[in-house]
Amino acid sequence: MADYAGRLPVATPESQPYWDGLKEHKLMLPTCDDCGPHFYPRPFCPMPKCFNWDIKWTQASGKGKVHTFVISHQPIPPYNTEDNAPPYVIAVIELEEGPRMMSNLIIDDPYSTTVDMDVEIVFDDVTDEVTLPKFKPA
Amino acid sequence: MDQIRHKVAIVGAAETDDLGQLPHMSRLALHAQAAKNALDDAGMSLADVDGLLCAGAIPNEVAEYLGIQPRYIDGTSVGGCSFMIHVRHAVAAIMAGYCDVALITHGESGRSGVDAPRGGSASSPGGQYEAPFAIGGAPTTFSIPVLRHFHEYGTTKEHLAHIAAATRAWANLNPMAMMGSHRRAPERGGGPITPQDVLNSRMICYPFNLLDCCVVADGGGALVLVSEERAKDFAKDPVYVLGAGEAAAHWMVSQMRDHTTADGYRIAGEAAYKSAGLGPQDIDHCMFYDAFTFTPLMAAEDLGFVPKGEGGPFFAETKTGPDGEVIYKSGPGGDFPMNTNGGGLSYCHTGMYGMFAIVESVRQLRGECGDRQVPDVNVSMAHGPGGMFASAGTIILSNA
Repeated sequence: MADYAGRLPVATPESQPYWDGLKEHKLMLPTCDDCGPHFYPRPFCPMPKCFNWDIKWTQASGKGKVHTFVISHQPIPPYNTEDNAPPYVIAVIELEEGPRMMSNLIIDDPYSTTVDMDVEIVFDDVTDEVTLPKFKPA
Repeated sequence: MDQIRHKVAIVGAAETDDLGQLPHMSRLALHAQAAKNALDDAGMSLADVDGLLCAGAIPNEVAEYLGIQPRYIDGTSVGGCSFMIHVRHAVAAIMAGYCDVALITHGESGRSGVDAPRGGSASSPGGQYEAPFAIGGAPTTFSIPVLRHFHEYGTTKEHLAHIAAATRAWANLNPMAMMGSHRRAPERGGGPITPQDVLNSRMICYPFNLLDCCVVADGGGALVLVSEERAKDFAKDPVYVLGAGEAAAHWMVSQMRDHTTADGYRIAGEAAYKSAGLGPQDIDHCMFYDAFTFTPLMAAEDLGFVPKGEGGPFFAETKTGPDGEVIYKSGPGGDFPMNTNGGGLSYCHTGMYGMFAIVESVRQLRGECGDRQVPDVNVSMAHGPGGMFASAGTIILSNA
């Protein structure tokens, strides 16, 4: 896994709990008592009328829907090898809890992807340090 | 009515000498050559300039490179619509007396990459929450909203393909257009295309085929603005700013509030209409930033030219010309003249194309466009996004 070719995130102090959670195969969402969870991690509630800095981390179910998607035919790492070649799906997933996040949909035939299809999380341990939240059809 | 209407005019507008593949020119040299051409167009010298606005460069970089010390600077750099926003800011700066002569410059070595820094921090939100999913630049991100729009409104790839064909028809009338008949032979993909050609072209990132995507080029452009009083002293007729708007709606496309409507377009458009005291029915000519075929469709809807969701059928409407030729809705002879320079799709797209949209609005309003001149253009709108529908800038210009 050390030779993973894709782009890797580098956590900030504020997002470290999110990435630590993924490493333990948990999708953790920063959550405001009044407004609910948000994505992506910020140390406050990003609802302008709230802007509350008392944020707790809650675990998401990992269930969601494909909100919108594209099928990339570009050989962008890690989708640039014979075993892992394009096309591949880049999708915006709407989580059951509400927030939306960018991800990849792991699916045999990319062209069978549909808007609003049910999906569930797959924890992809791309390196010893980084786990990416991806999804597959539910 | 807003107080900016008709207070400031564009008196110089130009591109670099050439557009396309310019490996002999750096980013800053493109800024400088565009500045020279726009100042020549205005009949002014660099010594007259006391306000400098630019994107893709720190104003100090450009000022030092040019050898000037402006007393007003603006480095708003939010993508392709930065220059519409610069026009708005220049209007305010000139009205406030912060400067008398505002120079707006664009230069980008988008194809050759001569001093073209790329890529963001892996710790930025984009680096953490989008890039790891094999995002590969604009074709994989500007495409993200499209299938949601298809899903909600029944828009199709065939609809989008008509925009590409219409825009190419304009390019064929523009000697500067990279994919037009003047510059590119048919065997190299230049000249007329049909919607079917678009659908048959190589798949880049579904739903975008190659011909749904803009060209990738090196080039630059610049504008010169002065107050209305001063604008009357120039050889060429001034082009007045009637209204302008801007917005920042989101940054990452995954965080777009609603993937079927660009909030930034609506906010910027409403401000532009309000300040101009005009509505869509008053606009004779549109320059809607077209990084991809879908981009201007979103503009036509969110700026009120067609109801939300009806952009697809609107652009796919054709009629037959006197010689049996297909006349596209937004093409030459069509009743919605749009992107008359050939657009980002077929004329030039450096990365931040908005400058070129404004230059074409100015030329149409001056009646300088030769074969592609649209009759009776008195009011033109130039509008664009920055990032993936993330920011927006809208300006309404007039020759009277």
